[in-house]
Amino acid sequence: MNVLRENLMKSLSLVPALAALALAAAPPLAAQEPLKIGFVYVSPIGSAGWTYQHELGRQSLEKTFAGKVKTTYVESVPEGADAERVIRRLAQEGNKLIFTTSFGYMDPTVKVARSFPNTVFEHATGYKTAKNSGTYIIKFEEGRYLAGLVAGKMSKSGTAGYVAAFPIPEVIRGINAFTIGMREVNPKAKVRVVWVSSWYDPGKEREAAEALIAQGADIIMQHTDSTAPVQAAEAKGVYAIGYHSDMSKFGPKAHLVASTHNWTGYYQSVVEKVMKGQWKSEAFVGGIKEGMVVMAGWGPMVPGEVKKLVAEKEALIKAGKFAPFQGPVKTQDGKEIVAAGKVMAEKDVLEMNYYVEGVEGQLPKK
Amino acid sequence: MIEAAEVAVVILVATLRAGTPLVLAALGELVTERAGVLNLGVEGMMLVGAVAAIITTLGTGSYVLGALAGALAGIALALVFGLLTLSLRANQVAAGLALTIFGLGLSAFLGLGYRDKPLEGLKPLAIPGLSDIPIVGPLVFGHDVFVYLSLVIFAGVSWFLARARGGLVLRAVGEAPEAAHALGHKVLAVRYAATAFGGAMAGLAGAYLTLAYTPMWADQMTAGRGWIALALVVFATWKPGRVLLGAYIFGGVTIAQLHLQAQGVAVSSHILAMLPYVATILVLVLIARDATRIKLNAPAALGKPFHPGR
Repeated sequence: MNVLRENLMKSLSLVPALAALALAAAPPLAAQEPLKIGFVYVSPIGSAGWTYQHELGRQSLEKTFAGKVKTTYVESVPEGADAERVIRRLAQEGNKLIFTTSFGYMDPTVKVARSFPNTVFEHATGYKTAKNSGTYIIKFEEGRYLAGLVAGKMSKSGTAGYVAAFPIPEVIRGINAFTIGMREVNPKAKVRVVWVSSWYDPGKEREAAEALIAQGADIIMQHTDSTAPVQAAEAKGVYAIGYHSDMSKFGPKAHLVASTHNWTGYYQSVVEKVMKGQWKSEAFVGGIKEGMVVMAGWGPMVPGEVKKLVAEKEALIKAGKFAPFQGPVKTQDGKEIVAAGKVMAEKDVLEMNYYVEGVEGQLPKK
Repeated sequence: MIEAAEVAVVILVATLRAGTPLVLAALGELVTERAGVLNLGVEGMMLVGAVAAIITTLGTGSYVLGALAGALAGIALALVFGLLTLSLRANQVAAGLALTIFGLGLSAFLGLGYRDKPLEGLKPLAIPGLSDIPIVGPLVFGHDVFVYLSLVIFAGVSWFLARARGGLVLRAVGEAPEAAHALGHKVLAVRYAATAFGGAMAGLAGAYLTLAYTPMWADQMTAGRGWIALALVVFATWKPGRVLLGAYIFGGVTIAQLHLQAQGVAVSSHILAMLPYVATILVLVLIARDATRIKLNAPAALGKPFHPGR
């Protein structure tokens, strides 16, 4: 015990000396010293999916800013108390820019940001900002809507099956945007939903897809994290649409297209701003216009006219002339909630908790 | 009417499929526990078996070698557990939990380069003529090899425990190791063998996941099935027949709730997700009404280390 304390005292006495050294050394080093950047991931990186897309963004930073940045990441960090410890450690290790990439990191990020005023924090999908902590999110619904157009054109039965995780606004928004897109090209189209109550359970996701196929769905759409639904569609000879990543490898005959998320451009712009000292805290929202929603992995079975239709709508969205939740939008029971010619308010889009016309079954109540 | 029958067949076939990994893993754990060893590492052994199987099959193109590799990987992990708890007499509960955590990490590490390599899944049998008979065809002849294998293993384990001399020795080791030792039986050897069998079955259950059920590798893809298998052994009061029943009830309720949703039945998804567990607990309560029955069936020396020569 005494020995320990002695050592501690010794090292403590060194601190002022070290600090002086560091101060003396700081100015000349600053120019060459790479910007240290930390990433916090909620799941294993894997080969497809949410975290994988963020990892692609991190890798692009290493390439684009070779020698000027030094990135690290921590994967499979549970949301909650553990996250705060990991974020704090990244900040202590001298990372001057930290990306926290899951909704549940919101409070820990803001909390740690308070203790490290000179570090920049960026939190994905949240809504709490601080002076040194911003947020960023993608308009996922734009990709869902475009996928719906493809589904409407490619489905023979007019029924799509949707493997969904939990009935929260983010997922419901996707189902609705997809349904609106599908019914735009096929007004009789129906979408059936199965909730698997898990973000990630390949076995259950597969069985859910098969249950939907047994009920007549010939297009499988998913809002879960594994590639099992695409594989199930491939095995049963129906079509599938990927999410987050290009999943065509897992269903070469089934995969029509995937709505993928590209964080690369955003990450690069943030790094540039931080390097130039121009970064400011903001709540960033990006979509097709910003290149963050990309339709990728087109299957050879999709005809050119369908791709053309998607490209036209993409251009309209890019030009700000169209939004998925543009009136008239009707709820499941036929009530008009957005009049023709109007666009749903951003807040209403974010808080959506009802099905639109064309979704079968009732939304499970909490 | 015909359509309803067809959907019923789809549900039944899916039920057998969903129950199979549980049957395999739970039968293995049942044999382990009947020898008096409590191995909580089923989830870890399943994961390592799963990754070993898909690596082997992708490399060799052989599903048989893949399944073997899965079983061997499970055995290897089970023997580590055996070394710790049987030879070194570490606490079985702690060692089993550690084994699961170890298996989780090891499988993720081994699978690093295999996460984006899909496998052509093992197809269900297609016997010309027989598999095409309506209703009976898909129900009897329409499964993949693992489903039949799990039933053969079930029959073998039931026979062994109830009728074979070796089964009698194994049960004696689980009930009264000192007495078995006094009679000249090698308690530790029997326990090692039972633990290895448990590992092989867990590994095989994992292999089923990566070779047939969802033919790909993804971290933690067992998604808790190892734990359900453990619960099933208690649910079954250490009887193979009830393990089979329990696994199919669990699988069946899971599948049925997905189909109910696909048909547009409006029930809270949370309640539906709970159903399989509620069903399991209900049956558990029904069985446990007679407390003596559980007591009578639980191996008396379960989880207790044996010190030969004392």
